[in-house]
Amino acid sequence: MAKIVGAITTSHVPAIGGAIAKGLQNDPYWKPFFDGFPPVRHWLAEVKPDVAVIVYNDHGLNFFLDKMPTFAVGAAPTYANADEGWGIPQVPPFQGDPALSWQLIESLVADEFDLVTCQEMKVDHAFTLPMALCWPGQKWPVRTVPVVVNTVQAPLPSAARCYKLGQAIGRAIENWDDELRVLVMGTGGLSHQLDGQRAGFINKEFDLRFMDSLVQDPTWATRYSIDDLIELAGTQGVELLNWLVARGTLGPSVRKLHANYHIPISNTAAGLMVLEPAR
Amino acid sequence: MSAVGRKREIPGTTVFDGEQAMKGYALNKMCYSFNDRANRDAFVADEDAYCARFGLDPQQREAIRQRDVLGLIAAGGNAYYLAKFAGIFKLDMQDIGAMQTGMTKEQFKAKLAAAAR
Repeated sequence: MAKIVGAITTSHVPAIGGAIAKGLQNDPYWKPFFDGFPPVRHWLAEVKPDVAVIVYNDHGLNFFLDKMPTFAVGAAPTYANADEGWGIPQVPPFQGDPALSWQLIESLVADEFDLVTCQEMKVDHAFTLPMALCWPGQKWPVRTVPVVVNTVQAPLPSAARCYKLGQAIGRAIENWDDELRVLVMGTGGLSHQLDGQRAGFINKEFDLRFMDSLVQDPTWATRYSIDDLIELAGTQGVELLNWLVARGTLGPSVRKLHANYHIPISNTAAGLMVLEPAR
Repeated sequence: MSAVGRKREIPGTTVFDGEQAMKGYALNKMCYSFNDRANRDAFVADEDAYCARFGLDPQQREAIRQRDVLGLIAAGGNAYYLAKFAGIFKLDMQDIGAMQTGMTKEQFKAKLAAAAR
């Protein structure tokens, strides 16, 4: 049976791509952010995942507003990044795992998550940058399955729904009759707002409470409506929904192996956690 | 439009919902096209013709002309798509933040850093 080795949750700010391309990891501005990642890489080298299921939101690369799925799962043999409009440095393409993708699709639809399936899919910085942070050599040692959550166009799926999606993904993986070691990633957040007079809004107190809740009280954030979360974490801080999906895959109790939190990267409070199921 | 009831007011914030998505469709579609360099170049070469091709309404056209980020949001623009428009001018998110809050970029960066305390 397949086994979830743990989850990594991290911010995915586009500027990280530029910093990697320019080799700014030790620059005083970037160092507190990049210094969060060596322990993650050390853990990955120990747990040796075969596949990464990456939960993120597309920012208008693969999906436009003509067709906007609430939840979508990639089922392609390969996934590539592309120019996202500001010339983001490109990374090598990613190998898919169509068999595991279809296991997720079958199991999730049976669990009443009626999602969109994608046999062709471009992956944007929300997918590529967390991968590049985990494997800076960019020789990807894992196959990948993208799971896309709409955090772009309201109505968004509720926090409770996202947590349940994570639980359903967890069941789909644990019931997969293949000896796979599966890593789950949830990317985005934490608090930030790019648009409006409130641009630059960051809420450290909320972010730290949210990170703590993923360990102590994982459904804590599900008490909030989407409007609450936008007010508390910002219009793009609501990307924390992807973290909730990832957390939901791990079961009721987890061990926190590592965390980092740094303000600011670009306009964003950057968060990072490594969580392992407590069995 | 109030099919789903009363909207929550969040200060300084426009939630990108169905109403905004309808209003901003042409504008966001143009910004989505900027994923391709050839389209960015075409916009720069002839801004009027490019905007006309996407059928921007006068409010959207004027906000594009003025590089008015708050105006673009009021006209239905979504931050993720507008970022691709900003990319044409090599503006980063802190430039955009400063433009919307009436600050210099240095002031805006100081505001962000202050959130760490």
